[in-house]
Amino acid sequence: MSAPVQSRPRSYRRPVSVWWWLKKPTYLLFVLRELSSIFIAWLVAFLVVMVFAVGRGADSYRAFMDWAGSAWVVVINIIAFLFAALHTVTWFLLTPKAMALRVRGKAVPARMIIVGEYVALAVVSAFVIWLVFL
Amino acid sequence: MTVEIGPQAAARAAEESITIEVTRYDPDSDQELRTQSYEVPLRKDWTVLDGLNHVKDTIDPTLSYRWSCRMGVCGSCGMNIQGQPSLSCGTFLSDFAPGPVRVEPLANFPVVRDLVVDINDFMEKLPKVKPWIIRDDVDVHAGEFLQTPAELDAYTQFSSCINCMLCYSACPVYGLDPEFTGPAAIALAERYNLDSRDRGARERLDVLIEREGLWGCTFVGECTRVCPKHVDPASAIQRYKLKAAQESVRAVLLPRGAG
Repeated sequence: MSAPVQSRPRSYRRPVSVWWWLKKPTYLLFVLRELSSIFIAWLVAFLVVMVFAVGRGADSYRAFMDWAGSAWVVVINIIAFLFAALHTVTWFLLTPKAMALRVRGKAVPARMIIVGEYVALAVVSAFVIWLVFL
Repeated sequence: MTVEIGPQAAARAAEESITIEVTRYDPDSDQELRTQSYEVPLRKDWTVLDGLNHVKDTIDPTLSYRWSCRMGVCGSCGMNIQGQPSLSCGTFLSDFAPGPVRVEPLANFPVVRDLVVDINDFMEKLPKVKPWIIRDDVDVHAGEFLQTPAELDAYTQFSSCINCMLCYSACPVYGLDPEFTGPAAIALAERYNLDSRDRGARERLDVLIEREGLWGCTFVGECTRVCPKHVDPASAIQRYKLKAAQESVRAVLLPRGAG
């Protein structure tokens, strides 16, 4: 007796390279966008530590500010700011894809949703600036 | 090779040409993919598919690839052209002049022969998301279900899918995890969810709420960029996620009222 006949031809499965995210600029931007969440987490932790330092009194706050002024923290914060900006811009651009808003039966144009987000960001930023400086 | 003579042949010889580098694979003799280059005429109105047809007709009849309509509606001729998932009937050789143009089988699918890939995985996944109208109160004698233009508008975009598989080829999630349901299937599920005649959203969500369903998607967005019919699967999936999340929250807050 012969071996059973293969019903389908032998197909070739191509391995996916671990460097797949370098193959297209859009893939790289996606990976950077996902990585930005680590820096967002860093900024949140930074803020929480600062709030605790303020809560413990003037000496503690001064010690925190000295630490925050050290070169490596400044470098990390600059990088974190750039990633936060990337995070904001990319997610604002993507929001209309997830949110299909309809007002009086008509779809709200994607551009309007994005503009709305920037307006909200500006309002919140203005409030924070008022809170800190005025 | 044919030998041409006469003024026409002379005109052809003077014509510009472009090299296409085509992936070859013979399941009977090859252990790996290889590349073969062909010289084809570079004409303004020639697509990559025209180039491949020229190769098949005049240079190498053993070259295998799928195609049918030549006008971007059948979805058979998808290939990775210069690394980008494209319909070869809608991609012009002149855009890549002076060349060479890389023509590969769609990524993320097993290669059957040359540029032909095995899409059975998709064919098995598609019916699982129940892409048809589900409702149990159909009375044929009551006539058709009417829709307003707004109700039609809600899903029309997602109904333009031609199952060309470009989105699966572009999706790195599907490449890394073949269990992922994938862009076209989820977009088609959403197309029926958005249809005012349909009552099957709950049934589909039961299938797609799994890790390999909706939540497998990390929103790379490349599916939308390569879609030749502007279906925007990335948008369909994110909207679907939003609804699924709302559904989960509702189930926790209103254990008896949900559904």
